[in-house]
Amino acid sequence: MNEQTPISREERIKNLKGIGSARKRVEDARFTQGAGNYVDDINLPGMLFGDFVRSSHSHARIISIDKEAALAVPGVIAILTAEDLKPLNLHYMPTLAGDVQAVLADEKVLFQNQEIAFVIAEDRYIAADAVELVEVEYEELPPITDAFKAMDDDAPVLREDIQDKMEGAHGPRKHKNHIFLWEQGDKEGSEKALADADVVVEELITYQRVHPCPLETCGCVASMDKINGKLTLYGTFQAPHAVRTVASLITNIAEHNIRVVSPDIGGGFGNKVGVYPGYICATVASIVTGVPVKWVEDRIENLTSTAFARDYHMTGKIAATKEGKITGLWCHVLADHGAFDACADPTKFPAGFFNIVTGSYDIPVAYVGVDGVYTNKAPGGVAYRCSFRVTEAAYLIERMIEILAQKLNMDPVELRLKNFIKKEQFPYQSALGWEYDSGDYHTAMEKGMAAVDYPALRAEQAEKRAAFDRGETRTLMGIGTAFFTEIVGAGPVKNCDILGLGMFDSCEIRIHPTGSAIARLGTISQGQGHATTFAQIVATEIGIPAEDITLEEGDTDTAPYGLGTYGSRSTPVAGAATAMAGRKIRAKAQMIAAYLLEVHEGDLEWDVDRFQIKGNPEAHKTMKEIAFASYNQAIPGLEPGLEAVSYYDPPNMTYPYGAYFCVLDIDVDTGVVDVRRFYALDDCGTRINPMIIEGQVHGGLTEALAIAMGQEITYDEMGNVKGGSLMDFYLPTAVETPVWETDETVVPSPHHPIGAKGVGESPNVGGVPAFSNAVNDAFAHKGLTHTQMPHDHWRVWKTAEKLGLSG
Amino acid sequence: MSKMNVKMTVNGKEIESLSEPRTLLIHFLREDHKLKGPHIGCDTGHCGACTVDLDGKSVKSCMTFVGQANGANVTTIEGIANPDGTLHVLQEAFKEHHGLQCGFCTPGMITRAYRLLQENPSPTEKEIRYGISGNLCRCTGYQNIVKAISMAAQTLNTQEAAE
Amino acid sequence: MIPGSFDYHRPQSVSEAVGLLKDKGDEAFIVAGGHSLIPMMKLRMSTPEHLIDIQDIAEIKNISIFGSDVTIGAFVTQAEIISSEALHGICPVLREASLQIADPQIRNVGTIGGNVANGDPGNDMPAIMQALDATFVLAGEEGTREVKARDFYEAAYFTARAETEMLTLIKFTAPAAGHGSCYMKQKRKIGDYATAAAVVILTMNGTTVQNVEIALTNVADTPLYAEEANRLLIGTSLDDASIKAAVEAAKAITDPADDGRGPKDFRTHIAGVMVERAIRQAATTAS
Repeated sequence: MNEQTPISREERIKNLKGIGSARKRVEDARFTQGAGNYVDDINLPGMLFGDFVRSSHSHARIISIDKEAALAVPGVIAILTAEDLKPLNLHYMPTLAGDVQAVLADEKVLFQNQEIAFVIAEDRYIAADAVELVEVEYEELPPITDAFKAMDDDAPVLREDIQDKMEGAHGPRKHKNHIFLWEQGDKEGSEKALADADVVVEELITYQRVHPCPLETCGCVASMDKINGKLTLYGTFQAPHAVRTVASLITNIAEHNIRVVSPDIGGGFGNKVGVYPGYICATVASIVTGVPVKWVEDRIENLTSTAFARDYHMTGKIAATKEGKITGLWCHVLADHGAFDACADPTKFPAGFFNIVTGSYDIPVAYVGVDGVYTNKAPGGVAYRCSFRVTEAAYLIERMIEILAQKLNMDPVELRLKNFIKKEQFPYQSALGWEYDSGDYHTAMEKGMAAVDYPALRAEQAEKRAAFDRGETRTLMGIGTAFFTEIVGAGPVKNCDILGLGMFDSCEIRIHPTGSAIARLGTISQGQGHATTFAQIVATEIGIPAEDITLEEGDTDTAPYGLGTYGSRSTPVAGAATAMAGRKIRAKAQMIAAYLLEVHEGDLEWDVDRFQIKGNPEAHKTMKEIAFASYNQAIPGLEPGLEAVSYYDPPNMTYPYGAYFCVLDIDVDTGVVDVRRFYALDDCGTRINPMIIEGQVHGGLTEALAIAMGQEITYDEMGNVKGGSLMDFYLPTAVETPVWETDETVVPSPHHPIGAKGVGESPNVGGVPAFSNAVNDAFAHKGLTHTQMPHDHWRVWKTAEKLGLSG
Repeated sequence: MSKMNVKMTVNGKEIESLSEPRTLLIHFLREDHKLKGPHIGCDTGHCGACTVDLDGKSVKSCMTFVGQANGANVTTIEGIANPDGTLHVLQEAFKEHHGLQCGFCTPGMITRAYRLLQENPSPTEKEIRYGISGNLCRCTGYQNIVKAISMAAQTLNTQEAAE
Repeated sequence: MIPGSFDYHRPQSVSEAVGLLKDKGDEAFIVAGGHSLIPMMKLRMSTPEHLIDIQDIAEIKNISIFGSDVTIGAFVTQAEIISSEALHGICPVLREASLQIADPQIRNVGTIGGNVANGDPGNDMPAIMQALDATFVLAGEEGTREVKARDFYEAAYFTARAETEMLTLIKFTAPAAGHGSCYMKQKRKIGDYATAAAVVILTMNGTTVQNVEIALTNVADTPLYAEEANRLLIGTSLDDASIKAAVEAAKAITDPADDGRGPKDFRTHIAGVMVERAIRQAATTAS
């Protein structure tokens, strides 16, 4: 033993490619060769294809559905409607938010493109032909498309199925179109702070309806094996275990007879958390036909029926002293949930973690009230690259801070520095009930200011403004800052569950006799590179090179139970489970090493990839040696083998944060905005793979750019959806996307085993206010306090025009 | 409506099918010939995930009927690697520079970049950005894709100079 | 999204194509690049029973230039227009505009014939053809006839082309040597249809405008030839007041729709900005 040429400790660390290594991704070999396995790549023998007949109206009674002509098309197997699902009690399904959603429209349609019938045919061409031939007769009803009118006395009742149920999942409903009122904090105290304040600012800030729009749409293949009674469901699921449990509960198929598999997923961003009618219909169709059935939505179906995000109308009020110390925050949100409350939030949080709205600031008293209402729009309300409404909250507070600064005639960065939670205040109890784990906001902000030379930018802006006023330029320069605090890693089982399932996560590690390993997790990557980064955590924890560790996710028959990947929870929760499972392995390995080295366990110390005798590092056993011994030797008091599983219930959330700066130039005559510079400093605690973190930040910033500058799903007064294809829905190309500058500080999470906090969503959370603040800032000296997103050309031009600036 | 006999050379191999004329090239490749590299992302010709090389030009295979491609020489991502089985410089560069995340746009992106570098072997950053403006990526923010293409161009030029 | 069924035809000559159009009547559509038609077919907004693919017709695939007389075959792609140095030499606005159409993949198959003939008000080439005073050659069962680009467009998707005719050639005389030109297009992102766009082709005589041709894209249900604006500029020195008058005259003829690019008033305003900027830019390239 130990006969190899000794290599340095540094070499041994490097060889592991563990935490901190910019390890190249193991996923890329297949993706770069076109060998990924996405749901539409799955073809099973005899597989049929399903396609939806969808509503052309936003609110209408269904008078009749004539399937005859469609059924006559050769190759059409069956057409399901609500009438077919009723006997199975599957015409409605539970949503993650405690509501129910029609799987196929039951007598009434509530949004345009709602699912009415499911055509099952031999291939997708035949199915599409048959969809065209299904005749639906409607009686149109007046739609509600303006959330502010949903609770009018004379508003039409949308949800007749629950009109007598005035006690909702989150308390009493005050109108038949009301879903919930969720209140947090101290209302009276906040109102008193406002009444007593030197300065109060108030603004209605709307975060428009958008859509996560991953490049791959949603889909599934359901395969019922009638012989062994086992249902296999392949699909674009960000939470495969939760899908299995829900599928079992609603189909009454025993959970052990359901296997859910998430294959490669072509981006999720929250779109693939929910359960959609297509999954239920494909499953029913497979049960009925006895052969596999595939359903894959097209882009228009994706944008108009599965999982919108945001649509929050937020009224904020801030109280402050004239010196700029914030004394209170009050906010109310009118939340447009569409036709069904299908938000994917933890059960006790119908408005997600919107109560992180105090942001990065030490605000003594705060109140939040959120009213959810039904409208004739698609259901959803998912967290689009966001941890449950954090994005909306961060947008509100970061806009309000700028508005307050303007009122105080103070630089917004100075106002932030004055009100930040101080380093020594962590762990910090917020007025709305959260315990912020760690941070050093001043250092991050000051580092960012130095990097962009903030004073020089303001000086340049002053010169440009003067030149504009002299008529020498038609361009206005905007500087946008955002300092966001996220709340991710849902979450502690004591207050976080989805449909009663605690939001822990899991990892199982098995070491093979020759010293390589497999790790399985309850999460599922959609591009985040889990197979790369989680292996790095294992590598550091157990001293086996990441290259020697296979990582598997997404198959509920093999992976341990977990709640999946969304809300930046994989690193904070499953990453912690991975470290903890690794530590369990190490603990057993220590016993084995002690036996092999014939010393007491306490005489050993862990060093990179081995246990060595304290004070005598030459006497050691590597993990590889220990692994073999665990399979090879009868060790008294120890079971053979080396494996462990950890179900990790996080003690708290993690609170990543960052300082973002955006510099842009606005052509006031055209409304065209040119993003000249964008700097993003992120503190996500311990950095597992800097290359992947940087990639996540680039991607999130690009999504933020899209949202701030152009994304929007709107409805006309008849409830016709607009912007429902990539013809109009704004996805920037490489040409519109600026070069991103990234930076970091590192303040680890004190409660996370490796100190990591999660990063995937930060750039979306912080990016949107940075862009929006920059646009608003460009006009601030002309008296603008707030202009609504998206900041597309015409809105920006309209702002300039209203201020008398447009030629 | 009658079916038609469709012949193509795909990744150097002659293939033939009896297809409905309305069959989209993307389905012909993916469903009939199991070439699942090209993907469907938008259905309307905006995203480029379905990009293939057709007679030496980048085209969107979900906006092309099989009839239009009848007789053509098609290269998909599956045909980009070198004849000896090693990866193409672009494939290596995308891996090396983290030019992909979920991987869904990657086959179309690399196939487009493959042709771009033949049209313009030494593109500037701006030319790369315009050159891939028909390919959307939702994950990477393009920065590392642009870097990967740029680095691949350098490598290819160095290789060529050495030959 | 899946299109309806059709029969596919690939004629080898214009006469064969025209014969098919005659035989199949209004159930037949011509497909060139297909990037306007195929999305409509996938949405089932267009359901032709016969598709006539004109890619094999050699006589419509060339760019020929004799002196200043230019003939472009209907099946010439945007990519071919961009790469033609000869065409660029005498009429640079065509490359400039083509580079702003869609994206590289689409320009590889999208043809100038499709762009000018399908009548989509969002297409960029029609306004340019009006500014160039181009002539469209239409082949029908009775032979060919010529229609001026300025007379061709009737309403969105309605043109002077009869259903039994096909566009074969586009002819124009290149603007005088030394002319300046510009296609100024505001778009939400690269490749999008214009929020508004303007083409200006300008010939100066010293400091005086000898001739100017202005036309507008996507601010009405047809391209707009801005005759009055041209009149107001000819003979001027491109002073600010004359430019402003021309801009106002151009704006006066617009009638854009409200759409995702913005409401009507905004798009009219942008048309004016594009005209002004295109005039000033064209002036910098005129000699």
